[in-house]
Amino acid sequence: MAQKLVIIGNGMAPGRMLEELFERAPGLYDVTIFNAEPRVNYDRIMLSPVLSGEKTYEDIIIHGDDWYEEHGVTLHRGAKVAKIDREAKAVTAENGVTASYDRLVIATGSSPFIIPVPGHDLPGVLAYRDLDDVDRMLKIAEGQGHAVVIGGGLLGLEAAYGLKQRGMSVTVLHLMDTIMERQLDPAAAYLLEKALDDRGIEIITKANTKQILGSGKVEGVELEDGRIISADMVVMAVGIRPAAALAKDAGLETNRGIVVDDGMATSDPSIFALGECAEHRGVCYGLVAPLYESAIVLADRLAGGAAEYKGSHVNTKLKVTGIKLFSAGDFAEGPDREEVVLRDATRGVYKRVILKDNRVIGAVLYGDTADGAWYFEMLKRGTDVSEMRETLIYGQAYQGGGAADPAAAVAALPDDAEICGCNGICKGKIVTAIKDKGLTSLDDVRAHTKASASCGTCTGLVEQLMALTLGDAYNPAAVQPVCGCTDLGHDDVRRLIRAKGLKTIPAVMQELEWKTSCGCAKCRPALNYYLVCDWPGEYADDYQSRFINERVHANIQKDGTYSVVPRMWGGVTSSKELRAIADVVDKYEIPTVKCTGGQRIDMLGVKKEDLPAVWADLGKAGFVSGQAYAKGLRTVKTCVGSDWCRFGTQDSTGLGIRLEKFMWGSWTPAKLKLAVSGCPRNCAEATCKDIGVICVDSGFEIHFAGAAGLEIRGTEVLGMVKTEDEALEHIVALTQMYREQGRYLERIYKWAKRIGYDEVRAQIMDDADKRKAYFERFVESQKYAQVDPWSERVSGKDKHEFKPMAVVGQTEPAE
Amino acid sequence: MSNDFIAIGRIEDIPRRGARCVNTAFGRIAVFRTAEDEVFAIDDRCPHKDGPLSEGIVHGRAVTCPLHNMVISLESGSALGADEGAVQTYPIQVEDGRLFIALSALPMAAE
Repeated sequence: MAQKLVIIGNGMAPGRMLEELFERAPGLYDVTIFNAEPRVNYDRIMLSPVLSGEKTYEDIIIHGDDWYEEHGVTLHRGAKVAKIDREAKAVTAENGVTASYDRLVIATGSSPFIIPVPGHDLPGVLAYRDLDDVDRMLKIAEGQGHAVVIGGGLLGLEAAYGLKQRGMSVTVLHLMDTIMERQLDPAAAYLLEKALDDRGIEIITKANTKQILGSGKVEGVELEDGRIISADMVVMAVGIRPAAALAKDAGLETNRGIVVDDGMATSDPSIFALGECAEHRGVCYGLVAPLYESAIVLADRLAGGAAEYKGSHVNTKLKVTGIKLFSAGDFAEGPDREEVVLRDATRGVYKRVILKDNRVIGAVLYGDTADGAWYFEMLKRGTDVSEMRETLIYGQAYQGGGAADPAAAVAALPDDAEICGCNGICKGKIVTAIKDKGLTSLDDVRAHTKASASCGTCTGLVEQLMALTLGDAYNPAAVQPVCGCTDLGHDDVRRLIRAKGLKTIPAVMQELEWKTSCGCAKCRPALNYYLVCDWPGEYADDYQSRFINERVHANIQKDGTYSVVPRMWGGVTSSKELRAIADVVDKYEIPTVKCTGGQRIDMLGVKKEDLPAVWADLGKAGFVSGQAYAKGLRTVKTCVGSDWCRFGTQDSTGLGIRLEKFMWGSWTPAKLKLAVSGCPRNCAEATCKDIGVICVDSGFEIHFAGAAGLEIRGTEVLGMVKTEDEALEHIVALTQMYREQGRYLERIYKWAKRIGYDEVRAQIMDDADKRKAYFERFVESQKYAQVDPWSERVSGKDKHEFKPMAVVGQTEPAE
Repeated sequence: MSNDFIAIGRIEDIPRRGARCVNTAFGRIAVFRTAEDEVFAIDDRCPHKDGPLSEGIVHGRAVTCPLHNMVISLESGSALGADEGAVQTYPIQVEDGRLFIALSALPMAAE
């Protein structure tokens, strides 16, 4: 007869505990969970990426419905427990559901602390704690506007970054002199503040909130010194309080949290507490790693073991894309302590390690966190570092003479070295699982060991372990081949085309050992593009490897007819042009004329054999092909800018036309659409384009990697430039970088996400030499690309394409 | 050669790994020339949604329809891979570079 285990709370800690319990003692308990939230167990530490739009809720679910079913767990959703009856050994929820228990685990977590200033209960004042909070934030963020985040700690800064990513302007108010003062010393805090400032997040320190202003909803925040900051949303992220009231009402011993012993038991031996609501040896933990450690202890106890929790050292990472920050232990200054500091201003790196009696007791790393795990390991072990004092600050690679490679460093780690901090997984466990279970992919290792399955920052280490354990058998991130004709991925093909100087499709197929005689409809257009891009002027475009649209320079429609889109530079046209279009429509009886989203006119239903004549007539009016069919530059959309608009700050129309005239004809991995808006009102919708420009009084803000098709993505900011010439140079360089690195059919937003937005910024914004080199390569390539395909065909090029080979009459009955 | 065969032109009229069309009273026939200079004739109408197969990319002895990427065998006229469907094929012969096609598979003219 299984015993009854009841759990109050369905967060990450009890979820982890149950996984361990089911592994150790399957079937020992009938499990019932009461969850105050109306959903399954999700990864709360990944809420920040959900807020910023980098992940979705589905991405962060830890246990889906099927997991509960598989383990026979009864999950009461949206059922907040109101009472624990220790006499009857039963719990009752507010909705009336009751359950009796043999063993009870309280995992009620904690509540966000709301500062009780006047106005704290206005609509629009939010905590940052669960998915509902994130949903509420996103609802308000839709209207853009201004957000004020109170609290410059880990959570507050992640919330600020997420809201900024969603397009709000953000101010962070922090009571202390420096942000994240519990984890960072002033020097690191300064660097972090600067990095956040660069991302457009305003930070006010020594900010004491007097009251929240507004009638009916939030309108602003007033500080003690009289400053007023307007706000459409206020997020309170000043701290959390263990949720111990339920336990206190039941007569259990509580302090800040529910007091537990080393076996996680409360003052009632059949009741345990776990997670943020528990207080162990006077400490309440708010980070996932120590909570997982205690979850494993509790699982062992419930399974009949005698494991003991001894408390944890904790370390912190900030989940803000592009900011590298690691902090662990104690870094306050003191007479009995020494510190070693390294600063590298050009790289924006700051490292400080604090020693006591020749042992590491704290570390703060900013800008380069590769050695975080190594320092943390020594901190936990109390390793004597007197032997390596001289090189300690340079990191693990410099120990034992000369720079070692990271793989060797991982190989040198002892078996009980912790690889995954979130889940407390050591090297030995991962290596054993890889060997015993025959794991070959990162996903397998995550599924079987949980290593790198939470915040993901240790993914690189896990992959190095796999490489170490499997040797050549490990194929990192098993590459998706281009198609069935080859085992190589796009990146390898591109690299080899350049490295081996391959200049024709047959040469590529021969040298790279294609498995088919002449490829297929997937690889041939890709190879053709790669060769066009890499060998401008040398490579003869392979007509038969292009998709029909790029062969006949029009868009094929469902009935085999075509649509024709002439170029209208920057979306500007004239009466003469419109008249010419009207005449063509009448003359060739074109059934449909339509405006496109890119400010062009589309003539649909043109018969293929009419195409050359249609182009000839359009050509006489000065039109060239709008390349609306191309994996190449299509449209540059503009607003009327300073020409006409009351708000226009720059000549956006002129810049759009200039960009289009400069870039037309270029082939790119996938279609490329631009827009230029003359002011931040953004009438040309530049922030969802592949590349966009927002003109402001002081210059041009360049955006990239937006999408408004299959996926909806706001752009990333590339950076600000002062002049039109610079804007052109940066945009062209960015395009060339994408042309050289993108995989065929991979839009800019996917490419940029894959290689990292910061990498793009570093090469285009910060590295003038690289930028100029990209720019020049684009200009060189354009010499051969800017030929109007329509006029070429009007003069007879590819004429076989538009005429039948033969016409035969009715067949006679055979004699 | 039986008198079913009708001359339609020369092999070099068709680009390698390409196709040209022969118009008939009953619709278009696509005549393909592979990389190996083999020729095949099939109806220019994909069994899926009537796509113009003559405008597809030719690879090996197959063509990929430009509308929805169905791959059709030039030899048998059948869809390859997981897809189903087939198009009519026509016998074709090459003599000294001249192409002859047999249209016996076309419907008869009504009397």
